[in-house]
Amino acid sequence: MIKFFLMVNKQGQTRLSRYYEHVEINKRATLEAEVVKNCLSRSKDQCSFIEYKDFKLVYRQYAALFVVVGINETENEMAVYELIHNFVEVLDKYFSRVIMFNLDRVHIILDEMVLNGCIVEMNRNRILAPLFVLDKVAES
Amino acid sequence: MALKMVKGSIDRMFDKNLQDLVRGIRNHKEDEAKYISQCIDEIKQELKQDNIAVKANAVCKLTYLQMLGYDISWAAFNIIEVMSASKFTFKRIGYLAASQCFHEGTDVIMLTTNQIRKDLSSPNQYDTGVALTGLSCFVTPDLARDLANDIMTLMSHTKPYIRKKAVLIMYKVFLKYPESLRPAFPRLKEKLEDPDPGVQSAAVNVICELARRNPKNYLSLAPLFFKLMTSSTNNWVLIKIIKLFGALTPLEPRLGKKLIEPLTNLIHSTSAMSLLYECVNTVIAVLISLSSGMPNHSASIQLCVQKLRILIEDSDQNLKYLGLLAMSKILKTHPKSVQSHKDLILQCLDDKDESIRLRALDLLYGMVSKKNLMEIVKKLMIHVDKAEGTTYRDELLTKIIDICSQSNYQYITNFEWYISILVELTRLEGTRHGHLIAAQMLDVAIRVKAIRKFAVSQMAMLLDNAHLIASNTQRNGICEVLYAAAWICGEFSEHLEEANQTLEAMLRPKVTTLPGHIQAVYVQNMVKLYASILQQKEQAGEKEAAQEITQLMIERLPQFVQSADLEVQERASCILQLIKYIQKLQIKEIPVAEEVIALFAGELNPVAPKAQKKVPVPEGLDLDAWINEPPSDSESEDEKPKTIFHDEEQRHSRHRQPEIDEEELARRREARKQEQANNPFYIKSSPSPQKRYQDTPGVEHIPVVQIDLSVPLKVPGMPMSDQYVKLEEERRHKQKLEKDKKKKKQKKEKRGKHHRHNSLHTESEEDIAPAHHVDIITEEMPENALPSDEEDKDPNDPYKALDIDLDKPLADSEKLPVQRHRNVETLKSPDTEAPLVEQKSKKPKKKEKKHKEKERDKGKKKEKKVVEEEEEKKGEDLDFWLSTAPPPASTAQPQSEPEVGAAVVAEPQGVKKEEREEQEEEEEDEGKKSSKHKKKKHKKEKEEKSKDKKKSKKKSHPSEEETTESVQNGTLDDEPLPPMSSYRLLAENPYIKTTYDIQGNLQNDSQVTVSVIFENKSTSFLKSMELNVLDSLNTKMLRPEGSSVHDGIPVPFQLPPGISNEAQFVFTLQSIVMAQKLKGTLSFIVK
Repeated sequence: MIKFFLMVNKQGQTRLSRYYEHVEINKRATLEAEVVKNCLSRSKDQCSFIEYKDFKLVYRQYAALFVVVGINETENEMAVYELIHNFVEVLDKYFSRVIMFNLDRVHIILDEMVLNGCIVEMNRNRILAPLFVLDKVAES
Repeated sequence: MALKMVKGSIDRMFDKNLQDLVRGIRNHKEDEAKYISQCIDEIKQELKQDNIAVKANAVCKLTYLQMLGYDISWAAFNIIEVMSASKFTFKRIGYLAASQCFHEGTDVIMLTTNQIRKDLSSPNQYDTGVALTGLSCFVTPDLARDLANDIMTLMSHTKPYIRKKAVLIMYKVFLKYPESLRPAFPRLKEKLEDPDPGVQSAAVNVICELARRNPKNYLSLAPLFFKLMTSSTNNWVLIKIIKLFGALTPLEPRLGKKLIEPLTNLIHSTSAMSLLYECVNTVIAVLISLSSGMPNHSASIQLCVQKLRILIEDSDQNLKYLGLLAMSKILKTHPKSVQSHKDLILQCLDDKDESIRLRALDLLYGMVSKKNLMEIVKKLMIHVDKAEGTTYRDELLTKIIDICSQSNYQYITNFEWYISILVELTRLEGTRHGHLIAAQMLDVAIRVKAIRKFAVSQMAMLLDNAHLIASNTQRNGICEVLYAAAWICGEFSEHLEEANQTLEAMLRPKVTTLPGHIQAVYVQNMVKLYASILQQKEQAGEKEAAQEITQLMIERLPQFVQSADLEVQERASCILQLIKYIQKLQIKEIPVAEEVIALFAGELNPVAPKAQKKVPVPEGLDLDAWINEPPSDSESEDEKPKTIFHDEEQRHSRHRQPEIDEEELARRREARKQEQANNPFYIKSSPSPQKRYQDTPGVEHIPVVQIDLSVPLKVPGMPMSDQYVKLEEERRHKQKLEKDKKKKKQKKEKRGKHHRHNSLHTESEEDIAPAHHVDIITEEMPENALPSDEEDKDPNDPYKALDIDLDKPLADSEKLPVQRHRNVETLKSPDTEAPLVEQKSKKPKKKEKKHKEKERDKGKKKEKKVVEEEEEKKGEDLDFWLSTAPPPASTAQPQSEPEVGAAVVAEPQGVKKEEREEQEEEEEDEGKKSSKHKKKKHKKEKEEKSKDKKKSKKKSHPSEEETTESVQNGTLDDEPLPPMSSYRLLAENPYIKTTYDIQGNLQNDSQVTVSVIFENKSTSFLKSMELNVLDSLNTKMLRPEGSSVHDGIPVPFQLPPGISNEAQFVFTLQSIVMAQKLKGTLSFIVK
């Protein structure tokens, strides 16, 4: 199961967070800070899996942005690793530039791909279908 | 009104939107907090407006702020307002905010129930979708209860998008409201075969998660998953299924055997690393579950190990990591296969990545041997020195200790070396594991008699340099080793060379800064030291020296008497008084040493830490009285824990025989009472090591190793343990030489040390003879000793509630399922038309059984099973699937159906019976016997002649099958049937071949589903197939509404040449008392 999904920049600012198990708001901040610290402390030649407390972090770095996923011991690390890339590709396809201002849409994409902590959809067109509908509604 | 609207939109122009907020925050780096609180004030204003667009915008900004860590729970009500907006663009903002910040504790959440229900039933699929997504984040038990039925209905929605989400959300609903699991399960199960791959994958996900927690309830789904596994090409789904099998296979080794082949095929063929990794993991799980009965078993391991080696050798660090991770799983059961890759693992220790090194460390634990222990530990010690992070260093430290101490120090051949290692480890600053080192020191010193002298000298050195170790008591866990050092020096003070000096060291004022428990040990052991010094001096006739030492004690002890720690204070005052008394005697020139030393006579022997914890308090025993009871008493007490030890022993195979331990303990206690310095029992109980030491002449008399006491701690140069490595090498080399020459004579040694070593070992016969033997094995080693954690699950585990036996209609599960089955049906709407769940492969033979009525209250649930009798199946496959049920049940069942029923359900009315597959099988076998309660119906095939309908060639085929109704429309392009299918021949002619399988209907137990596979054998196109069956009184084919009983049911597909496809037909049954035969006709057009 996926426990949380984070996008964090190098300065440690959270750019997106989604928790699949409830975490107190004040604990989130601490958790995110530690997670980023963990990821930042690693160099490129280290593996993308970090054992952290009772779960594992799988992360990938895209320029200044880290995508970090917290998973429990039953999740397939490699699959999550691929998920992250897939997610970023979808973002890349949908957004021309800045995603910061479209946080809600990023959430829509994420919710299409991961629900309940399960990876549910990998097909790019299916993932984006609701967004396109939404865009049409917005235009009209 | 209009004015208001206009005003609202004008206002909006001045509001910040999310983009402005983000920018604003960026531009106010210095006073971010102030800026944000200002924004929040604005948002509060916006939320007060009536304009929903303004509110939505405000909520959108709040969501962002929440992500930054600001509490927005105060806006919960506004969020609900936005959720209920009619416009989708707003609604989704509301739901997003809710999904981010609502949780079970949010009280307004109950206000949302109706809104969510409304959204769930919205005609717009995206309204529904967004509600479902949101719900998955904040569903509460109440919401789950209230909405379970709505969501369940959505599982059969026409839109796959909705079905998919509904299926996934059900998982959360199950968790929050476990009662919903049984009613919803049949539908969930049927989603496994949903024509939409997304829905299918969702169902796989949910069932996998459920099954992982409570695998046994899902064993009956194995055939279905097997089919999915062999047919699916979606790696994501495959991963899940394979993971699920990993959870199931420990319960059913036969399942494992079945899996090996397809899994190894996948391993060979797949290019996806994630899938490969999952396959390897499951194969490992399978191999673990198999009791080595498999012939090609080792081939599979080899395959896995090979593949893993490739992963580990890969330059991709991720693969390397995973390879090591999986390797450690193999290590547990097949250490030999892994050991051959030691070189590779050792290489990984040098990896720049800490995660990888840690994994490699785990592996090393299982790979050490007598030969390589020193080498490996040396390597680890180097890493300890280099290590930067304390976490990694601590990890290394524990690993070193684990590795060395495992299996009762099995691999240690030279304990001097080990003590040196431990002493070196005390140089680590800031480690949290001082107590571990201390425990090892104590353990070794106590249990390895021959090492005591050496250990004492080392410990004395530690005490002397205590200021180095204890410099920073607050953060420094390492001072724990002083506890061990003090105890060892005191207890074995007879080995101490410079007892005076050590005593001085222990009396230093600085000691009072140590933690209380350590000071207490100091105080206690000072007296031991003092006693032995006293004895020495008296024996030597140095009365003055004896008095001096007494005086020293009297001068220094008061500092402990003033201690804030009660334990220290109490001990110190007692001892101070004692020594004052001794002083008086000394002044009178009365020899006291013998009496003082008698206070500490006898051996203190180790007890496993768990042993004491596990001793139950026998009834009526006063624990306080224990110590002073006569020996007989303590003996009887000793007997009790045996069973407990026994338990433990099963878990830890290396645990020694408990009885021996217990006896030994008892004896030792007695022995202590006798106050004999040399304990005869001791020797008896462990004769061999003792003997060995006695045989090695002169050990005790060889002068103590001459080491400048302060050297190892103060000189940073070559670690001391290295000396031992060298010595050990020499020793081994020598041994070897000697062996080769078959000479037993020693060679001359250059140094005393060498001499000592070798003298110990020259005569040993082993390849690598240990330098010392572990004397007593009372103790358990600490590593992986999780005492009883395995059993006790977290009582709060939400998954526990889901440990529900799901009814498997044909599986032979025990009685419980019956009852649950009922529950299931209660909630189910009777007219579910949904396609029936197939359970192919289950019945080799078919029979029709009907079950008695189930309870009335639930209405018309009857369960019938159709069992048809037919020829022999060939079924090993079948046998396999059949046997997935626990064997005992099957034997028990045949005769006792009535009982079963009764037992199962305490209900007044109907007895419902679950048929087990096995049962059915038996019945079939008996076919002719009958004799069961239920009657079987045999269906026979009848051949009918072809009829000519209109023109051309229509042939009607003999078909004896039931009618159709619900159709699994021809999605299954018939690939070769899964091997375990149990389809039986129905009818065949040159054009077409039909095979069928019958299942009870989970959702409506007065129905059975017949799956018929039509295979076109001709070279022409078959179309307009239609199946008609003559209803009997008892058994009727379900036809679409409005059609008459004479209408046939069209088969929903056409068949190109050589293709086969499957259709399902549903029959209703009135009773299962009689066997039923049905006649039917299949007509089709050949083109």
